[in-house]
Amino acid sequence: MAAITPSQTVGPYFAFGLAPNRKYDWKDTFGSDLVTPDAAGERIRIEGRVLDGDGAPIDDCMIEIWQANAQGRYASPADMRPRPNTAFRGFGRTATDADGRYGFDTIKPGRVPGPDGEPQAPHVLLAVFARGMLRQSYTRVYFADEAANAQDAILALVPAERRATLLAAKSAREGRIVYTFDIRMQGDAETVFFEI
Amino acid sequence: MTFFFPTGSLRAFPSRLYPDYKSTVKRAPTKPLVTIPHTLSELTGPVFGHDAAQPGDEDLTRQHQGEPIGERIIVHGRVLDEDARPVPHTLVEIWQANACGRYVHVVDQHPAPLDPNFTGAGRTVTDQDGTYKFITVRPGAYPWGNHHNAWRPSHIHFSLFGHAFVSRLVTQMYFPGDPLFPFDPIFNSVTDEAARNRMVSAFDLDATIPGWAIAFRFDIVLRGRNQTPMER
Repeated sequence: MAAITPSQTVGPYFAFGLAPNRKYDWKDTFGSDLVTPDAAGERIRIEGRVLDGDGAPIDDCMIEIWQANAQGRYASPADMRPRPNTAFRGFGRTATDADGRYGFDTIKPGRVPGPDGEPQAPHVLLAVFARGMLRQSYTRVYFADEAANAQDAILALVPAERRATLLAAKSAREGRIVYTFDIRMQGDAETVFFEI
Repeated sequence: MTFFFPTGSLRAFPSRLYPDYKSTVKRAPTKPLVTIPHTLSELTGPVFGHDAAQPGDEDLTRQHQGEPIGERIIVHGRVLDEDARPVPHTLVEIWQANACGRYVHVVDQHPAPLDPNFTGAGRTVTDQDGTYKFITVRPGAYPWGNHHNAWRPSHIHFSLFGHAFVSRLVTQMYFPGDPLFPFDPIFNSVTDEAARNRMVSAFDLDATIPGWAIAFRFDIVLRGRNQTPMER
């Protein structure tokens, strides 16, 4: 057995190393556009704001997402099922802007098996990192217009009055499908975070 | 090989709310976290090929025309899982202040000089044995506004992935014997002394290159144990 290395905050200065976004003299490893030319599925944008306990925007936040492809398969060796569109990796990273806004261009994920073998409702894992966060907080983006949400085994574990914080609202903008997912670290509408 | 990720191991992590580190007060979740079983979504994670890091990305002293000012150091070690098995082919990203304690980030206004020959970012992918190596300069301590006369101990930020999205780790590597340790709330947010000391690198004379650079060893243990029938 080996004991794990503890987490520490990303601090206020991660952007030049982890998300330079052409503002610094360093290459991005990851970006906010997950779409590959061969990726099947519905193109969507997931966007929102990150807010602190005062409702103020968190402008030095890093957001990462991890998701399955449109067939509900992960580009990971731990998912041993075949993958129809191999270029889609399903991982994205971005930093919030001065208004606490973030956004990802991606495809809507398919359904993946849940704890009981039943398919889960489509969802995206999302991790929040920032100054003042000593470890990342995990949540899930669900899609508010999905009928499958009603049978999702993970959503069923969330107190009913808090489930709405996990549902991204669908809208259309300039012909694109946009799902809005605001992340509130505290307050009455505090986003549900998971212990995983 | 499949892995499982005992949540009990997370007891080594700091609490999200640690009031001595003032920024946590408005940013830590206040409602109970919801415990959920690990599904395929949690048990999978991105994989990295050779495109993730280019040759030379691991040498922070060779990214500009000249060499940076400061004490040249080698930082190396192994990335392991909770069974002490190597984690091969996983991405390791670092970022740090320069030798004067100044970051290139636009928000950093500490009145110490920037170094035109130092950005302070690097990345590499572990080899088959889970080993990694960076060449850089030792970062300086720097002041911050958390409390009166607050200074961060010298540190290098590390970002790692491991076997799954739940093994994702962002941490900081410290240098042995730093006199600022007792006064730093970020370091002390890890309340268990043994766990705290796992963030401190060790001076490594064997890996030191005579006449060129001293070495520090920093092994990193990520979440993840081998899934065997005995442990189910």
